[in-house]
Amino acid sequence: MNPARGSLLGIEHLEASEILRILKFARRMNPDRPRPLLKGRRVLLLFYEASTRTRSSFEIAAKSMGAHTVLIQAIGSSIEKGESLLDTGYTVRAVGADIIVIRHPNAGAPYIMAQHIDVPVINAGDGLHEHPSQALLDAYTILRNKKAFKGLQIAIVGDIFHSRVARSACHLLSKFGVKIVLCGPPELVPDIASTLAPGVRVTRHIEDALRGTDVVMLLRVQKERLSGLNIDLPEYIARYQMTPARLKMAKKDAIVMHPGPIIRGLELTSEIADGAQARILEEVRLGVPTRMAILARAMGRMR
Amino acid sequence: MNNRKENTSLLIKGGHLIDPAARIDAPMDVLLKDGRVAEVAPPNKIKSADEKFDARGLIVAPGFIDLHVHLREPGQTYKETIATGTAAAAAGGFTSVCTMPNTVPVVDSVEWIEWLRQPERGAVVNVFGIAAATRASKGAALTDFRALHTAGAVAVTDDGKPILDDRIMREALILGGELNFPVVQHAEDTRMTENCSMHAGARSFRLGLRGMTAAAEASIVERDVQLAMQIPNARLHVAHLSTADALKSVRRGKRAKARVTFEVTPHHFTLTDEDMRDYDSNYKMNPPLRSASDLEAILAALADGTVDAIATDHAPHAAHEKEMEFERAAFGITGLETALALAITRLHREKRIPLARIVELFTAGPARCFDLRGRGSLVRGSVADVTIFDPKKKWTFDVAKSRSKSKNTPFDGWQLTGKVVATMVGGKIVYSA
Repeated sequence: MNPARGSLLGIEHLEASEILRILKFARRMNPDRPRPLLKGRRVLLLFYEASTRTRSSFEIAAKSMGAHTVLIQAIGSSIEKGESLLDTGYTVRAVGADIIVIRHPNAGAPYIMAQHIDVPVINAGDGLHEHPSQALLDAYTILRNKKAFKGLQIAIVGDIFHSRVARSACHLLSKFGVKIVLCGPPELVPDIASTLAPGVRVTRHIEDALRGTDVVMLLRVQKERLSGLNIDLPEYIARYQMTPARLKMAKKDAIVMHPGPIIRGLELTSEIADGAQARILEEVRLGVPTRMAILARAMGRMR
Repeated sequence: MNNRKENTSLLIKGGHLIDPAARIDAPMDVLLKDGRVAEVAPPNKIKSADEKFDARGLIVAPGFIDLHVHLREPGQTYKETIATGTAAAAAGGFTSVCTMPNTVPVVDSVEWIEWLRQPERGAVVNVFGIAAATRASKGAALTDFRALHTAGAVAVTDDGKPILDDRIMREALILGGELNFPVVQHAEDTRMTENCSMHAGARSFRLGLRGMTAAAEASIVERDVQLAMQIPNARLHVAHLSTADALKSVRRGKRAKARVTFEVTPHHFTLTDEDMRDYDSNYKMNPPLRSASDLEAILAALADGTVDAIATDHAPHAAHEKEMEFERAAFGITGLETALALAITRLHREKRIPLARIVELFTAGPARCFDLRGRGSLVRGSVADVTIFDPKKKWTFDVAKSRSKSKNTPFDGWQLTGKVVATMVGGKIVYSA
């Protein structure tokens, strides 16, 4: 079965024109001025993995459009008792879900769901694969600060290998011709990462990544996903931590982004996190209208 | 068909015989009598027979041998049974299958080897047991090779898992060498493949799936080939070889006259890691689908005579073990009913590998790997196992009609060329299209 219309499974196969349509609609959305586009609809939030930002942001987005939301977490549900992904999907569909938002530790889980369930499935992050709503809100943030994608350069620094945020960001920004430089040690940024999308390049040197860049995106070192990788954190900090001195190598008006959660003292210092160039909380803020657009699109109400 | 009298004779008439072991590739009639090949002669020379099989326009070949199948018995009859698995084998033209010991419990004793052969199992083709190399396949202590060999096991392996420990592998090859007993290695350094579900490459990175590197296979093959070169008479058989680097080690071993043999699977010479769509777990197997350059290396080795056998690694799984998150789904696909057609379609028609070479890979080649005496050829006196196929027949594989209990294959709906017309075991027809 093909995924239901309005599903958002990843950025890779999304047309550039569709991305722009979502971003344009997101600009019209404001959670403080509710619009009942999803009045009476049921949005099932199926979270198999911990989340603060994404979950609350989807929930607020859905509610501000008049939808009911139900949160199902792995812990405290039948999932804990061994129910399969698809059986959980069939169950929430039978309960009356109109949209399923799913966060899952395994890559591709939303695809499996979408192939079997006849309501729109929205990927809220699947394993190491994609995090499309994050890429869209990041694109929104960049456009708010930089006006257009044309001619931009972004440095993404940190644990690319374990990052679905990085994969989705690369796919999205590449579609608009943004130059993308991935930076980190080989264990976290394998050379193969440059094959992800056109315009992506890998470097080991932070200076090389930052020189002339318009956007700096920092990623957390995901200790919970390292599984056996031996990362020397002091060395990582010495080589890649974002500090005021390093940020000076970027363009004067460069902005600093981070999908969160941030670990102060590791991938960035407090001066950076709280500095004038940081857009970290703006990203969180823009997550709500972006997800409003994504949910409206799922119900065919993005007009 | 099975209750036909023992002394009935059957004349296969008008076919084109390909018997690579006997160097025959010509129109020949074949007379089967009392479970043996009674005569092979040019057309119309053999007069009398109780029954005739019209093989005009068809290839007559020695019965195909599959060195690597999972029949799932004992213990996992919800996936497959010896009866259903051998029915699928017969439909695929296989008259002999070697079944893997990673069952529940593990086939690591004489009793279980004998159990596999009991008539109650309902086998329709010959089943040769491969015994576990270590007790319960835990990799710690060798099984009783001598007793298992005497009981009729054709090889030992811990398939599904590698024999990782250098010392245990060395001991296995030494003891196997003394008994002329092949040690079959599932070559995977599992210390490098934890949580991995496909080949490590651009595709796995893009899909966010942890990848098994080619080195995880090649490093074990290299170690094993080195051991086989050092240990007198050791016999190493590398299961489902899938990488160009591992192939280099095997080539080196063969050049050094070490007794190293290996098999490749139809899926590894047909598909690459780029072919998997939308996290479809019917593309998940171990070893995984590899890169295009690995596939090219395997095709070259199939063509130049280096590969000893095509084996399916038929690995049935129930739907509920496959229709799930890709990373959690079981490894393995079924393969018995598509092997010949994939070989003809991919190797013969696309890559121009002669039919005689393909037949060799299904017959004389595998018979040599495990010393299956009297099989793999149709010279007079051989066991009357025969596979008859139409190399030009176009057909579409429909998994719903599969005789296997499980339906986990990426080849459903594939249009293929080359179809089995009849399969004969011990002179009796066990499958006809």
